[in-house]
Amino acid sequence: MAREPLINIILFALFPVTAGVAMVLDEPFIITLMTKAAILALAGVGLNIALGLGGLVSFGHAAFFGIGGYAMGVLASHAQSYTPIMETPILIEGTKSMLVIWGVAVVAAALAALLIGVLSLRTTGVYFIMITLAFGQMLYYFAISWPAYGGEDGLSIYIRNDFPGLNTLDPIQFFAIAFTVLAAVLFIAGRLAKAPFGLALSAARQNPERVETVGVAPFRLRLVAFIISGAVTGLAGALFADLNRFVSPTMFSWQTSGEIMIFVILGGVGRLFGPVAGAALFILLEHVLGGLSDFWHVYLGLLLLLVVLFARGGLIGTLAGKETAHD
Amino acid sequence: MTEPVLEVSHLKKRFGALKATDDVSLTLMPNEIHALIGPNGAGKSTLIKQIAGGLRSDSGTVEFAGRDVTALGTVARARAGLGRTFQISSLAMEYTVLQNTVLGALGRDGHVMRFFQPVMKNRKLVDQGMAALTRVGMADLATKRTADLSHGQRRLLEVAVALTLEPKVFLMDEPMAGLGASGSKRLTGFLHTLRAEAPILLVEHDMDAVFALADRISVLVYGQIIATGSADEIRRDPLVREAYLGAEDAA
Amino acid sequence: MSLILLIEQVLNGIQFGVMLFLMAAGLTLIFGVMGLINLAHGSLYMVGAFAAAAVAGWTGSFALALIAALAAAAAAGALVELLVIRRLYDRDHLDQVLATFALILIFSEGTRYIFGSFPLFLDIPAALSGPVLLPGGILYPLYRLVIIAVGLLVAAGLFVLIAKTRIGIQIRAGEADREMIAALGVDISKLYTLVFALGAALAGLAGALVGAIQSVQVGMGEPVLILAFVVIVIGGIGSIKGALIGALLVGLTDTLGGALLPTLFATFMEPSSANTIGSAVASMAIYILMAGVLLFKPSGLFGAT
Ligand SMILES: Nc1ncnc2c1ncn2[C@@H]1O[C@H](COP(=O)(O)OP(=O)(O)OP(=O)(O)O)[C@@H](O)[C@H]1O
Ligand SMILES: [Mg+2]
Repeated sequence: MAREPLINIILFALFPVTAGVAMVLDEPFIITLMTKAAILALAGVGLNIALGLGGLVSFGHAAFFGIGGYAMGVLASHAQSYTPIMETPILIEGTKSMLVIWGVAVVAAALAALLIGVLSLRTTGVYFIMITLAFGQMLYYFAISWPAYGGEDGLSIYIRNDFPGLNTLDPIQFFAIAFTVLAAVLFIAGRLAKAPFGLALSAARQNPERVETVGVAPFRLRLVAFIISGAVTGLAGALFADLNRFVSPTMFSWQTSGEIMIFVILGGVGRLFGPVAGAALFILLEHVLGGLSDFWHVYLGLLLLLVVLFARGGLIGTLAGKETAHD
Repeated sequence: MTEPVLEVSHLKKRFGALKATDDVSLTLMPNEIHALIGPNGAGKSTLIKQIAGGLRSDSGTVEFAGRDVTALGTVARARAGLGRTFQISSLAMEYTVLQNTVLGALGRDGHVMRFFQPVMKNRKLVDQGMAALTRVGMADLATKRTADLSHGQRRLLEVAVALTLEPKVFLMDEPMAGLGASGSKRLTGFLHTLRAEAPILLVEHDMDAVFALADRISVLVYGQIIATGSADEIRRDPLVREAYLGAEDAA
Repeated sequence: MSLILLIEQVLNGIQFGVMLFLMAAGLTLIFGVMGLINLAHGSLYMVGAFAAAAVAGWTGSFALALIAALAAAAAAGALVELLVIRRLYDRDHLDQVLATFALILIFSEGTRYIFGSFPLFLDIPAALSGPVLLPGGILYPLYRLVIIAVGLLVAAGLFVLIAKTRIGIQIRAGEADREMIAALGVDISKLYTLVFALGAALAGLAGALVGAIQSVQVGMGEPVLILAFVVIVIGGIGSIKGALIGALLVGLTDTLGGALLPTLFATFMEPSSANTIGSAVASMAIYILMAGVLLFKPSGLFGAT
């Protein structure tokens, strides 16, 4: 089973190496693609905490992705128009500081996950899948019908937000930011999986009755996992919006939820680096197949179908063998 | 007079027309092994579930350590000190044997919301998990995947996990099943020493074990306790003979 | 708002609800019998709409268009069941979600490949177009009344099918115990294909009927699919009765919410913000309804607990 860590390292190194080579060859588009892959991977890493570790099949993670996106959109749009978000009872102004935006995105997504989780986690199985889906849709329609921030058309931000000491408009520097965030979150998620919380959460997925019998409530574990998961996906949403300098209700759409899920599955559920592999593969397919045919989603669909039916460990599972590594 | 650690009063449970538990009352005294026997489908597992909190009773009360726990769920009852083993093993199958007992130790310790330090490097929890495995003679299987264990080994692991909880009462549902003759004998010896730590309500079909261990035996038939007493009293009881051997033999 | 307008909105709500029922009935039946969550149900709705639009375009006959919709959706359903879905019955819900999500991608892009990205149009047949005068002096489109009638007929038909016929008995038995009815000699895989095709045909019918009042285009199925999910979550998964009641609740809430909430909010707010906030809340009304139901009944109004 020593193959999986090796594959992880190679896979991970592929990101900065590709971006670095692209920089040398002066191919900013490739760097941007790698940045996008890193950000989408981050969204997947978030979902994987709920899905892989906790067994919570959330079909509504677009909610958190979108909240992160709009956190950035709202804050930055007020900063660029020099209008405060709110004057009474306290003055709240917009900001172009990436770090502040991340903080707001994480907290807002975590709060949303708390609310959605408290309601959704009362149910299990298909009900849970459908309810999370419905909450995502709820925010989607809200974003469409709320005109203040662009409604259906979305919201453009003219200049990328600031990061202390870096020029965020330089593709390689922005890539470095996204990649570092991904690396840090992967490190934390890896620790989380092995920590007491991860042991109990994963046990609750395997057998909730067992966890109750040792005096631990699965609901609390799942709720906390859902919150962490939503917060990470929210952070990815803020970065994604910054990458595109644009937010729109599409970030909330159920297709977005489906795609985040695809990253996790293509790579391999419950594997730390699964979403990284999945997002990279997704971007590669989008780029290669999308260049060959306008209808590349047919091929994506076929591939996904084949993976689900015949290669359940996903990309990493296929490369590293069936078993997940254990301590 | 000593107080019972566990006192079950007038518990009832219906499944449709079936009275699975029909006005059952019983007590478990300190350091006692109280065996619950009865034919298949008598309602033994149902009763254990009602006591452990996994199944809500229609009526009746469960008092535990001087406290009415009837309204509490499984989690709260486990935290109060009820340690249960399942008839059909209920373990985290993807985990190693040791991870299962460490999970128990973690539940006992109560600090689940810790997110950073690897749990399998936590000396205290791992030691407790290993100690429990050693006590049931499974230390050499610590790194084996639970899904790869035999049925008997899973039953033992259930017992080991219950040990890590350091409960005030053990509720054991057929721990001997699948162990084979020598395994049963060893577990019998072990349970005999365990009673010094906490009393055991023991559901068991293995009559050798029951008669060797039990201070008192209750016989459950069709959801009702038809007799409670010492091994000898139960052997002689005409109702029990009738239930087990049929009407003619009893006559 | 005038009473006439209100009645009109109620009728719109019922029409919408009835259409949702056609979708939700198939979904809930398939889940109840086979334990399968089928995201591609919206694709079958789309297939029905496209088949109807294409056939109506060639022949000019609405009746033929409806038959084509039923046939095409049922055939697509049966085919998909044979090729993909039957491999998913024993899988967990995650696999089912993903595989049927993959089917959506394939169906949507496939349809776009065949018919292009531009919407098709399906005309309401002349005999059914135009308004009728209802008691109380209300003018209401005849076609929408026909949709309501068709939906209620289908509902009645389904109740009879499930309660009275041999197949219905097998379906109910299949919900209760798969192995048992297989042991009794019922060909379970045939039964499953049949149920799936039936659900697909209902979705196709809904697609064709709605195709005449909206445009027929790729991606039309998914919003309806998600609403149908809300319906069966509210009604209780597996229950046809729950699907009917849930569908009417959702249809009415959505339609009336959109019409009434802005007015309601205007009673205590200034008109412009009442309008935005009112319509924003209205767009979320059914999800709020769903959350409310689940708060009290986590497995829906008529779901087994
Ligand atoms: N959830 C349930 N729903 C309906 N009936 C049930 C349920 N659980 C148990 N029963 C029925 O209740 C009766 C008692 O079952 P129980 O499992 O308690 O018996 P038992 O004494 O443990 O039997 P065994 O010795 O075989 O383990 C049986 O007839 C069983 O079929
Ligand atoms: Mg039993």
